[in-house]
Amino acid sequence: MKVDETSPDGTLPEAILQAWEARGVGRRDFIKYCTALAATLALPPALIPRLAAAMEADNRPPVIWLEFQGCTGDTEALLRANQPTVAELILDRLSVEYHETIMAAAGAQAEEAKWAAVEKYKGQYIAVVEGSIPAGDGGVYCCVGGDSALNIVRKVCGNAAATIAVGNCASFGGIPAAAPNPTGAISVQQAVPGATVINLPGCPLNADNLTATIVHYLTFGRLPAVDGLNRPFFAYGKRIHDNCERRSHFDAGQYAEAFGDDGHRRGHCLYKLGCKGPETFHNCPTVRYNEGQSWPVMAGHGCIGCAEPHFWDTMTPFYRRLPAVPGFGVEATADKIGLGLAAATALAFGAHGVASAFRKGDAMESDKVKKEE
Amino acid sequence: MSKKIVVDPVTRIEGHLRIEAQVEGGKIVNAWSSSTAFRGIETILKGRDPRDAHHFTQRFCGVCTTVHSIASIRCVEDALKIQIPDNARLIRNLIMAIQSVQDHVIHFYHLHALDWVDITSALKADPAATARLAQSISEWPQASATYFKTNQERIAAFVGTGRLGPFANGYWGHSAYRLPAEANLMAVAHYLEALEWQKDIIRIHAILGSKNPHPQTFLVGGMAIPVDPDSQNAINADKLALIGKLLKKARVFVEQVYIPDLLAVASFYKEWAGIGGGVGNFLTYGDFPMDNSGSLESNYFPRGVILGRDLANVMPMDEEKITEYVTHSWYSYSGGDGKGLHPYDGETSHNYTGPRPPYDFLDTDDKYSWVKAPRYMDQPMEVGPLARMVVAYARGHKEVQETVNFVLGKLGVGPEALFSTLGRTAARGIETLLLAQKSELWLQQLTDNMGRGILAVHNGERWDPATWPKESRGFGYHEAPRGALGHWIRIENGAIANFQAVVPSTWNAGPRDPMGQMGPYEAALIGTPVADPGKPLEILRTIHSFDPCLACAVHVLDGRGTEMVQVKVL
Repeated sequence: MKVDETSPDGTLPEAILQAWEARGVGRRDFIKYCTALAATLALPPALIPRLAAAMEADNRPPVIWLEFQGCTGDTEALLRANQPTVAELILDRLSVEYHETIMAAAGAQAEEAKWAAVEKYKGQYIAVVEGSIPAGDGGVYCCVGGDSALNIVRKVCGNAAATIAVGNCASFGGIPAAAPNPTGAISVQQAVPGATVINLPGCPLNADNLTATIVHYLTFGRLPAVDGLNRPFFAYGKRIHDNCERRSHFDAGQYAEAFGDDGHRRGHCLYKLGCKGPETFHNCPTVRYNEGQSWPVMAGHGCIGCAEPHFWDTMTPFYRRLPAVPGFGVEATADKIGLGLAAATALAFGAHGVASAFRKGDAMESDKVKKEE
Repeated sequence: MSKKIVVDPVTRIEGHLRIEAQVEGGKIVNAWSSSTAFRGIETILKGRDPRDAHHFTQRFCGVCTTVHSIASIRCVEDALKIQIPDNARLIRNLIMAIQSVQDHVIHFYHLHALDWVDITSALKADPAATARLAQSISEWPQASATYFKTNQERIAAFVGTGRLGPFANGYWGHSAYRLPAEANLMAVAHYLEALEWQKDIIRIHAILGSKNPHPQTFLVGGMAIPVDPDSQNAINADKLALIGKLLKKARVFVEQVYIPDLLAVASFYKEWAGIGGGVGNFLTYGDFPMDNSGSLESNYFPRGVILGRDLANVMPMDEEKITEYVTHSWYSYSGGDGKGLHPYDGETSHNYTGPRPPYDFLDTDDKYSWVKAPRYMDQPMEVGPLARMVVAYARGHKEVQETVNFVLGKLGVGPEALFSTLGRTAARGIETLLLAQKSELWLQQLTDNMGRGILAVHNGERWDPATWPKESRGFGYHEAPRGALGHWIRIENGAIANFQAVVPSTWNAGPRDPMGQMGPYEAALIGTPVADPGKPLEILRTIHSFDPCLACAVHVLDGRGTEMVQVKVL
């Protein structure tokens, strides 16, 4: 279907609306969906028709989804996806060639499907990796089909067009890499240094950030712009604290002092109960979880910093407040902590800004981690 | 002629499982269950704040995403003798119940169904005949010929692309598939329906728990989600109404879709009521407290142990009789691998002796799994929905007996049919129905409490580590969707000195013990027919009937006497 792919006010072509109506998707729902998606991706309304057009084309990219030292939490997050839903993703949007949790085939037939896809779609498929990769003792701590995670991830991600690391384990090593890291767990980027990896941390990641990343890729043919930790700006560009619905209470000095007290019931700031929002870059307050239903701070529990590298070590104890400072100095302190963490992580991960077919010549290539002044 | 076959990876489960089986004369004569991944989270827990433990242990598993939080919090509460407020009990019950309901439905449709349902056959079905079939077994309104035609066209369009994605390479057309085309189409339509349904009803976890997977309102001493009819930042009338609406939606789907489908599919596979029985010993801790007394007798599902399928003799469960063996697991014990250790006295020492990857076969005479072999009174035990239903049935639980008898009556089989692959799958459906129905009562009780001005959700008397004894230990239990879950903790000087979990899939997926006794998966496979060793669909049927969750099952415990890091709590 040929359509004009931009329009100044974002109105959608009649032909597309009719096509979706024929599929049982009402025009209002579809317009609402495209608008929400554009908002998640921080795109101007003029690009809405382009998003819609991308969803029209039958260009399902092959996807190979690998799970190693994970808990299947990111897969479960995918099952909760709402825009598009998981059924739309696996039937209409993507061609999921391998995903152990949902695929019908098992054993030799499953392995065969994986390697056939690697061969057939070399350099064209998207690899999605869930869970960290144990590098200790020659990789014996995680084997699939008789081979080690380390061998598999190198073969699969090494031949992919791009790799999406879903969740904190795949992005940064996550819980298996928490001290003392018994299995020598590493991130996907560490396991396959040459691969183009985009990190979608969170524990688990927010399904909306995954679907938005995929739709971005389908729309523009490349991955979204990322920061120094390879996290897309649209989802990790701001601190929780910056967008928190309880921010006004923080500014007014109104804090919950104990779980269940008056301030806690009235939605006051959770900073004193250990909230890590001031040091965590994630879009939870704006996107929320489970179809926008809620997120931890809204439900009365502090943020635990689950999108940050090594949060199991840097953010614990979870119920201890950030370094206490008199008055309202937490901002400066949190900035320092945030920068310190980012710098330490950047060191641990080595150089970033991996050259990529998708980002070459991209104006956003120059975007490296910049904290807002 | 004997042939050894390997299924690795076993798909449509949580985690990494490998099955090796010996087939002779079209039947399995020997089997080995191996877990092939290990993370070591208990080692990571050492020295940390016990109030943080539930965040860590929750990451054992993202499927049964609430269960380790519950068990972990309960073991700390047991150690520190904390009584939780009634509202916290009710909120936890609601979270636990909807976890089971959602998890079991996903298991039936998305993890288990394709072992019984042939998607390709659904394309040959007559939508009008499918509609008649659906209307004959259920009141569910989505049952028109148009509805089934739309679903069929959607699948046909997908198949027409020639790119089958997750359905590629399945065992379609296998001789062991028995359903008529119309039953296949009905099941496939409900497969898609259930995908939509599950993400909707799990919003209850978001309302009460902030998000799912990995809800984040659990606390040692209660819950972090406030309740207050006069606040917009707490559970108020509005939120109660939404939970009520979602609970009803959950119950109606279970009553009108899941259970009728289960009965319809099962009626074509009755020979599986005589296959896959396994060890015949059952253990359940019991759960879902109906009041806040803390008494075991207040649990909706009762506690008990049954040995040798003897329904006339339910024994009390005593956690001190649990031990774990590592004779065939990749660990070593300082006192020798032939001896079993109680979880409080466990030891850490992973010791991989298996083949170097890539490999073709494991050395099944020696160590062959990352899962240990838990035993009760030195007996292997099956845990899970079947254990819960069998113990409740044997103890005269009225609602369980009525529902079990109804299902068995519909299928025209006796109670002995419970001890099978089919019985295990039916038991899961039975308890889903009971929990979906019971949840509405817990919501009503929470509403009544709030109406009376009872708003406490957290008991903070022992929140400050300064109030704790120098040393304590506790046992926390929970009946997770996949079965009996136990966490054991030792707390010293405000920090975790030792943490140990014995989880459902450890009980079920474990290897042999030094006495040579098989674990439940292994035992259940013996005698299973295998029509085509190159396409071992029948192995999947029995293994999937246990709903494996391997990430949970693998763990290490911490020995006493290791040097502890002192945690400073401000």
